[in-house]
Amino acid sequence: MIDFVNNKRWFFLISEILVIIGIISLIISQLQFKTPLQLGIDFKGGTSMILQFSPPVEQSEIREEMIKLGYDEARIQSASEGDFIIYTREITSDQAKELAEKLGTELDSQVEIIDYYLVWGTVAGETTRNAFIAVVIATVAMLFYIVWAFRHMPKPFRWGACAVIALALNVFIIIGIFSLLGLLVAVAIDALFVTALLAVVGYSINNTVVVFDRIRENMSKHIRLDFAQTVNDSLVETLARCLNTALTTIFVLLALLLFGGSTIYYFVLVLLMGVVIGTYSSTCVAAPLLVVWENREWNALWPFSKKRA
Amino acid sequence: MKRSTVYLFIFILALFGFALWSIVPLDRNVLGRERLKLGLDLKGGCYLVYQADLREAEPGTEDEIMEGVKGVIERRINALGITESTVQIQKHAERYSIVIQIPGIADVEKAKEMVGLFTVLEFREQDVVGNWTPAKGTVNGTEMTLTSRYFKENTYISFDPLTQKPLLVFEWDETGTQLSEQITQRLIGKPLAIFLGDKPLRGEDGYIIAPTVQEKISERGVITGLSLTDAETLSRLLNAGRIRVPLGKWEGEEFKPNIPLYDRTVDATLGQDSIQRSIVAAAIGIVLLAIFMLLYYRLPGLVACLSLGIYGVLLLAIFKLVPITLTLPGVAGFVVSFGMAVDANVLIFERIKEELRAGRSLGASVEAGFNRAWTAIRDSNITTFIACLVLFWLGGELGALMVRGFAVTLFIGVALSMFTAITVTRTFLRLIVHSRVINNLAAYGVTPLQITRNTR
Repeated sequence: MIDFVNNKRWFFLISEILVIIGIISLIISQLQFKTPLQLGIDFKGGTSMILQFSPPVEQSEIREEMIKLGYDEARIQSASEGDFIIYTREITSDQAKELAEKLGTELDSQVEIIDYYLVWGTVAGETTRNAFIAVVIATVAMLFYIVWAFRHMPKPFRWGACAVIALALNVFIIIGIFSLLGLLVAVAIDALFVTALLAVVGYSINNTVVVFDRIRENMSKHIRLDFAQTVNDSLVETLARCLNTALTTIFVLLALLLFGGSTIYYFVLVLLMGVVIGTYSSTCVAAPLLVVWENREWNALWPFSKKRA
Repeated sequence: MKRSTVYLFIFILALFGFALWSIVPLDRNVLGRERLKLGLDLKGGCYLVYQADLREAEPGTEDEIMEGVKGVIERRINALGITESTVQIQKHAERYSIVIQIPGIADVEKAKEMVGLFTVLEFREQDVVGNWTPAKGTVNGTEMTLTSRYFKENTYISFDPLTQKPLLVFEWDETGTQLSEQITQRLIGKPLAIFLGDKPLRGEDGYIIAPTVQEKISERGVITGLSLTDAETLSRLLNAGRIRVPLGKWEGEEFKPNIPLYDRTVDATLGQDSIQRSIVAAAIGIVLLAIFMLLYYRLPGLVACLSLGIYGVLLLAIFKLVPITLTLPGVAGFVVSFGMAVDANVLIFERIKEELRAGRSLGASVEAGFNRAWTAIRDSNITTFIACLVLFWLGGELGALMVRGFAVTLFIGVALSMFTAITVTRTFLRLIVHSRVINNLAAYGVTPLQITRNTR
């Protein structure tokens, strides 16, 4: 039998390390690029285009030509066979066509714009704000819902708070990883990122609720048992379910990640990370946190403190 | 066996049959163009958002003007022979914008051109051969065409006091009056048609709206003989055409005409590619999932796979019947919802296993499994609903084109998965258990050694 509750220090430590890595990455990114996360065109405006070259050309050639044509700031990403995603400043569809034609003549290849997307920076600020508000509203709504769902338990707020802390951890770790991806391979976040993040919010809380539901049931069954023991029993009992649900979801997500094409690659990646981290945080963080709160073992959150006798 | 179980079974079969019928036999390809509505990222097409410059509009008339603009754009797009377009009006931070989605269009530039023009209706007369040519007159020595630009105020509908038939009342400004006098003088007894670009306006009955000039019209005139709907549509169009509503984008306080705020154009080949990729991905993912369920849960796993199959067919039928426009994230939502749909089954099966291990009878374990898993299923899915609602709100905001598709598909998916787990899986399991076809506990994933107490 796995002892989740007694090993909680280690579980907390793992999350804390991930959070710290995220914070460091956000700070480095802020110092280096003046933004904690690489923002996609949904959030700062610009143009993204998928160009199809036949015959195929090298990414470095495109970069050279783009610089010659005055698009120094353009980011070029390789998509599937012969396709490249180009992110650059706001250009109209006519300018984009002109650019594609010039690239075609210079690189001696047929160029086709198969996806052209323009967002002007003037509205992007509003989108960023709305995305942020959406995540906050979703989180607060979850808190209220859980407090309501566990209203017959003693101290319902505690249950909601623990679930939301685990959730926030989950969201923050994903943001941290994307900040790191932004630093390392220039991955930018877009509206789909926020969409996936909100789906993760739903999934992660879903998992926590299943565990909490079992704790609730077991508390009413074995009143004499110690709270920590009840929580641990409940975790062990729900473990198979949590892992199986996570696994089935991971199967479909992996298939989408590997075969779904480049358009939704990062969208699926967020979902995948969300399921993995969500399963971890609801099992290994949310429920043990309840025990910490109940027994006032706050020092457990600090990995190097001595265990209370 | 309980009668209600049998009835429920028949109901499920009927529902499944109906859903299957609604998606399959009518077309060979389920994702075919006519059947499931596909978004522009799957089908190719364009998505444009323009902001309107309403500085010259009278306060309070903005909504009406925007409705007119919307009507004009819709007509223009329909004139291109595209039927699945949507045009919406949105208001953000006191600025109106118009959101245009045209899926499956080959000539995107043409669409943009048509939409980008500002809207003016032109009056035309018939020449000797019967062709419609612009009705012209001369003002201050220059030849000018009579257009809706010269209306003094908004046109309005009134009713003939005698016949109670609708009248469309209009008034010309100074230039308009001069032009109108010259033209109507010349055209008494002849028709005068109203054109939008190169297309004449047509009434509900499909005939060209070309009222016959009864007398010389100076400042004020009426058009009679229109149906009420036609009169209303025409009035709206004329009003939108009268006021110049430049479409473009705002940059702070400065307005840039003809430049869309958002512009997304997807080539149809990319959409085709995306569809193929997601079908492959979905198939692989779902097969893996099914294998896992079969190996791990055995007989209940098989039941879950059956109920997942029903789930998939029902979901596609809902997408088609509502209809819901499927986007790429929507497809991802569809596939992910399969993973989540398993969840309710997994919750229930784990419970059944526990009950069996505790030594309960098969029938009792199945019932207890469902009853005990219910609170967890309910509470946990409500959280996903909350997330979907927030996403739906976010998706209504400017630009977040793909977000809503995902929210809607996930919401419907989760709701339906609760139904299939609770109703379909339960009915199937009950039928199997009560018919006593398979009583071997190993089929339910429990070995006799695992049964701890056999007291109950």
